[in-house]
Amino acid sequence: MTSTPWFAPRVALSTKRTRVLTIVSFLLPLLIWSAVSYVPFLWHPKVVVVDPGDVSYFKVDMLVDREVFKNESLKVEEAGKTLPTGKRANPIYLPAPHEVAKAFVTSFTTEPQRRSEQWLHESLWHSITIIFWGFTLSSLIGVPIGVLCGTYAAVSRIHEPFIEFFRYLPAPAFGALAVAILGIYDGPKIAIIFIGTFFQQVLIVSNTTRKLDISLLEAALTLGAKRMQLLFKVVIPGILPDLFRDLRILLGWAWTYLIVAELIGTSSGITWFITQQARYKNFDNVFAAIMMIGIIGLLSDIILAKLGKYIFPWERSANKA
Amino acid sequence: MTRIELPSYLEQSDEVKARFDDIKQREVILELKDLHKVFSTAKGDVTALKNINFKAHRREFVCVIGASGCGKSTLIRILAGLESASAGEVLLDGKPVSGPGPDRGMVFQGYTLFPWLTVKKNVMFGLRSQGMSTFTAESEALQWIDLVGLDKFADSYPDQLSGGMKQRVAIARALANKPRILLMDEPYGALDAQTRSKMQSYLLQIWHNIDITVLFITHDLDEAIYLADRILVLKSHPGEVEEIIEVPVPRPRDPDQFISPEFLATRKRIDELIHPPSDDGEDDKLNMIRLTRVGDEVEP
Repeated sequence: MTSTPWFAPRVALSTKRTRVLTIVSFLLPLLIWSAVSYVPFLWHPKVVVVDPGDVSYFKVDMLVDREVFKNESLKVEEAGKTLPTGKRANPIYLPAPHEVAKAFVTSFTTEPQRRSEQWLHESLWHSITIIFWGFTLSSLIGVPIGVLCGTYAAVSRIHEPFIEFFRYLPAPAFGALAVAILGIYDGPKIAIIFIGTFFQQVLIVSNTTRKLDISLLEAALTLGAKRMQLLFKVVIPGILPDLFRDLRILLGWAWTYLIVAELIGTSSGITWFITQQARYKNFDNVFAAIMMIGIIGLLSDIILAKLGKYIFPWERSANKA
Repeated sequence: MTRIELPSYLEQSDEVKARFDDIKQREVILELKDLHKVFSTAKGDVTALKNINFKAHRREFVCVIGASGCGKSTLIRILAGLESASAGEVLLDGKPVSGPGPDRGMVFQGYTLFPWLTVKKNVMFGLRSQGMSTFTAESEALQWIDLVGLDKFADSYPDQLSGGMKQRVAIARALANKPRILLMDEPYGALDAQTRSKMQSYLLQIWHNIDITVLFITHDLDEAIYLADRILVLKSHPGEVEEIIEVPVPRPRDPDQFISPEFLATRKRIDELIHPPSDDGEDDKLNMIRLTRVGDEVEP
């Protein structure tokens, strides 16, 4: 056991090693971030003023470039006045891990700056509903079309050439149009998610459908299955697990369109929160919000993966990863 | 080495002769009339099957054998209705068939069980397709699963079964429809030798127990002789019937018969038909390259 090499091509790792590496994959970036944040001689291109001394425009907690601080100190020294003191610091856009960790809690508990603004949890929830509707509408239409395209050559021929063209049009390009048609609120945002997801979805689902082993259809035919039975009793159940995997991947793509979608019309949701906090220079909150998107995405994917194993029991033996 | 003098494969004992007389008396289940199949390719038309004429009688076990590429798979796919013939007819019980149907059960070489259905539901598939109620279909299916000896695995998924077990389910699934003929396209091609010979015995038992005609495709001489009443030997390019051999080995069959004179005589005949001595000057022998190791004696 101990002699199993770490690097053997295409050989699965033990559960213990898998777990260790999973943790390390998160720890490593955190470690680099911590090092840059806490070790004073690593990077830290700025100086935070502790005592302005006799430099006229320095104020306590002011961030200045190291160069500027040195020059000003020299000037005051030559004039024989009190020297300013300061600590090396990182730019404001790189908060330390503990600040971001704190922001995870405080950003939820901080009241919005203005009454018309939303709490963070409200913004997040708004984003999730936008994703939900955009993705659900796309799937309700895209999945059936994809399955039919993958099953019937005629359906494929009439859809796929146009979709193949349309999918190259960047979804955000339809922003202005979507606002003109659907107003400035949630409508155009859902539309952008829809446009970003739908066309890829049809192509991916039809491809997945085409990958179904044709001999299963032949076997069904020799067993006396008719046309509709082939579709509903063979094609659809046959591709379900792969279809589910496709949808998981596509859901991830839908999230990438979220930020653009939320900037269209009146900005809203988590994107509004991020831009707003950046404006106030609360970069700890900005980092926390970005990470929250990642955490929500990762968690929903893990939940869906577990759900998949539960609803497709025949896949359990085949899908060990 | 002493050469064993083999009898002619045409010599039949009285018992075997009586059996063939009996078979020929029975009704014809499957008839192939002047069957042709031409594939159009970029390089022009390729004749895969030419002039196939054959009759299979009720409860007969027929094997089709030929070198790879002789069109035997095309033949069985036409019989199953998965491909259409370019000319000629396939008659089942005297009626021409077009398209696939439950009257011809098919067992494929690849495991074509539906992975999302349990063994029981796989066997029920054909019955349900024809509108049988779930309840009746389930009890029917369980009987067939019992027949192939997999009653303990009725609720398992195909991926939990070994290759041999999967093919037994596939046989049960095909038989559950009560087809007139069971078509088997190299069903044991993917199995290891041991499982394979076990599966052959199983198949003979099942065939013995129920009223079914079997058309079995293989490229394995021993398998064909062990299983068949008659063997249809196909010639390659184009696929034509070379000879229809009545297997002179008495039934019930037993693996011990593999070395009986009738068996060996039949084997020799088929071998000659499938692998004719090359007459085009082509040398079958590989170049001999001697690999020497230090210390090996090399003859001058």
